Amino acid sequence: MAVSVDEAVSTGPARDRTPPARRLGGRGRSALEVALLTVLAVVMLFPVLWMIETSIKENRDVYAVPAQFFGFTVTMDHFKDVFVGPDGGRSALSVAFLNSAVVAGVSTVLATVLGVPAAWAYSRLAVKARKDQLFFILSTRFMPPVVVVIPIFLMYRQVGLIDSKLGLILIYTAFNVPFTIWMMKGFVDEVPAEYEDAAMLDGYTRLQAFWRFTLPLLVPGIAATAVFALIFSWNEFVFAIFLTSSDSVRTAPPAIAGLIGGTTTDWGLVAAASVVFALPVLVFAYLVRKHLVAGVTLGAVRR
Amino acid sequence: MGTVAAHGLCKSFGKVQALDGVTLDVPDGSFFVVLGPSGAGKTTTLRAIAGLEKLDAGSVHLDGRDATGDAPADRDLAMVFQNYALYPRHTAYENIASPLRARRCSSSEIAAAVERMSRLLHIDRLLQRRPAQLSGGEMQRVALARALVRSPRAFLMDEPLTNLDLKLRVEMRTELTRIHRSLGATFVYVTNDQVEALSMADQVAVLKEGKVQQVGTPTEVYERPANQWVAGFVGSPPISLLACHAEGDRLVGAQGWTLPRPRWTTAEDGRALLLGVRAEDLSVEQRGNASLSGQLYGLEPLGDRTVVDVQVGSEILKVKARPTVTGTPGERVQVTVDLDRAHLFDADTGLSLSEAGR
Repeated sequence: MAVSVDEAVSTGPARDRTPPARRLGGRGRSALEVALLTVLAVVMLFPVLWMIETSIKENRDVYAVPAQFFGFTVTMDHFKDVFVGPDGGRSALSVAFLNSAVVAGVSTVLATVLGVPAAWAYSRLAVKARKDQLFFILSTRFMPPVVVVIPIFLMYRQVGLIDSKLGLILIYTAFNVPFTIWMMKGFVDEVPAEYEDAAMLDGYTRLQAFWRFTLPLLVPGIAATAVFALIFSWNEFVFAIFLTSSDSVRTAPPAIAGLIGGTTTDWGLVAAASVVFALPVLVFAYLVRKHLVAGVTLGAVRR
Repeated sequence: MGTVAAHGLCKSFGKVQALDGVTLDVPDGSFFVVLGPSGAGKTTTLRAIAGLEKLDAGSVHLDGRDATGDAPADRDLAMVFQNYALYPRHTAYENIASPLRARRCSSSEIAAAVERMSRLLHIDRLLQRRPAQLSGGEMQRVALARALVRSPRAFLMDEPLTNLDLKLRVEMRTELTRIHRSLGATFVYVTNDQVEALSMADQVAVLKEGKVQQVGTPTEVYERPANQWVAGFVGSPPISLLACHAEGDRLVGAQGWTLPRPRWTTAEDGRALLLGVRAEDLSVEQRGNASLSGQLYGLEPLGDRTVVDVQVGSEILKVKARPTVTGTPGERVQVTVDLDRAHLFDADTGLSLSEAGR
């Protein structure tokens, strides 16, 4: 009997059949485990904590030697500087954040709208040379962006897409569609095709069957896939710095990187901008965390 | 009206030839069973009729009209899937209502139809539940109700009882036969269970490796199997097959036995044959008109009867006996054969040679 997706993503206890990990000290975690995990946590979290600290320190505390971990004066000035320019108007950084939001949002929506139906088609329909096509789609992700950025720069200059948000949206969509197709195909494969067969015999067309019966079951997968696509577009640096130059188009990663250099670097501002940059992805991932975990495990578990 | 005619269906999946010229003619109002082992192409046949499988060759006619290229929705068929395929997000009510919603019936019509069906199948208490909250038998009834809620040309059923436990399966068998009689509709029913086929069908088509082996009433298929394979597949315990050839008025077995040559066989002398005898036409308790001697190989008590395995040379005979029969392995046994009810098959082609003389 097929396990319905509802069951598979229920919030009930996870069906974990792996044997419990061997514990060194009987009940709970052993001291060694705790120590190792603590070390790991400190190593992983230190840069983040340092960034947050720097963003709320006054400049003289930022440059203090020896570095001050505690007992500095807290200030929100850097965060104000992120959004408000020296002339009291909008800062260049705030425009960059807005650009990032537009570019990442639109390219994610486009990649999802194009990729989900494509994944469904590759999963359900008899496509000629399906494996070869899927491999070709995947192969577009083999190359690191920096390898293709020069040809793309030249092509964009020819067609006038250089230094435009549309150009960035298109390139991010092109990078996210293969990823979306591959990840979504796994989710579509997990939804039994019989639901659509049954719907077609009920009297629905193939597309109606997909839209009404399969798509709702794919929502967790779509959420997970979209978050990954969004994070890619939001974080992307190489294309952004090569293909854009003006403040009105530039996205946040190159804009923040642009703060470093020159005669002096305002580390407080860099840190505050980085915190603001990191927040949306964290918040978004937190909001869809249920779907995210269900989505990631659903794709991985064999029925 | 509800005739289904499939002609010369061919379908391959990669290198596997799933259907190899399957031809079925399902008369209006009949309970037509497609019987075969797993991998025989039964489900593919049904899906081809439903329009869910694109054919390499062949045609499907519904009510005499060519429907080969029609979309499933345009064929006016209803199907029950082996795993039920109930929509997991929908309640039982919505599942049953789905075919009517697709046809834009009014909600009062839908409510009346769902009500009627759920009463017929005793699921009126379960309508607000989702599939995950239903037992296997209940899901099966909901799936059945979804198919029966409208009156299509024909009902297609893909091993609908396979996932049920034995007791429920027997119950549902009776119930399905009752529903078929009361609706008078055409049923095309796929199963690998010969008991289902023999007990429910008006007509049985036996399928093996994508080819139809025989079509006939259950009695015909059981009593006059068209070939050695059908004889072996239908019937439990399986028919015993003994290698032999004809010599004048005798049948001479490869294991050294001789029996009188049945009057009805026309096989020429020396041709390699297989003598097929069903367990009920063999006896260890002195009946019939010819006998073989062998050794007791084992006893299989089944409550109402005991199946006695008798070894003749290197071949094993399955003999049906009374439950009181006893014996120790290795002991000599005399088996009588009812030759009038036996079958002869050509050992090379497997085809039955029994028909001509009867």
